[in-house]
Amino acid sequence: MLNFAIEIGFVLIGIAVLLNLWRLLRGPDITDRILALDTLNINAIALLVLFGIRAASSAYFEAALILAAMGFVATVALCKFLLRGDIIE
Amino acid sequence: MNLVIEFVVASLILLGAAFALLGSVGLARLPDFFTRLHGPTKATTLGVGAMVLASAVYFTATQQGFSLHEIAVMVFLFITAPVSAHLLAKAALHRSAPECSEEIDDAGK
Repeated sequence: MLNFAIEIGFVLIGIAVLLNLWRLLRGPDITDRILALDTLNINAIALLVLFGIRAASSAYFEAALILAAMGFVATVALCKFLLRGDIIE
Repeated sequence: MNLVIEFVVASLILLGAAFALLGSVGLARLPDFFTRLHGPTKATTLGVGAMVLASAVYFTATQQGFSLHEIAVMVFLFITAPVSAHLLAKAALHRSAPECSEEIDDAGK
């Protein structure tokens, strides 16, 4: 049962990643592209957590935590650049 | 592993994946930037939260001791998602992103 649920979870998040990529390529404004990158990052965290459950190894959580921190910093830096024209003033 | 725990983990995984997919469908389908911002910041955070909770339950059941470092990922995501959404909305207002022109009649008339 658990393996079947993990397979379905991989498929659903794969479709979500494809939708994010579509918005990333199409997005009319640059803020749409930043939002698509942020959502893509969060979905990558979900994929890593699922892969960690499937491999029964807790080594993937450090990667998930680092990905979460880096994605947040990247989003904040991109928004700051759009707002002020500079990241660190 | 206990059958009840397996059922709980499987249903949390399915719930999380469904919410993540829902957030991305909202990102792809909604008409203007501010409605698109509304979709993934709620749904995807809830989806990843459910999935991380599933892995915390799984590793608490299979390994000895209480597995807490997944909760760190969840707390971090719950703190940072509103901050990044706020900054994105501020950046979009600064660039004066076009809004959807459909007005919703709140009186229902």
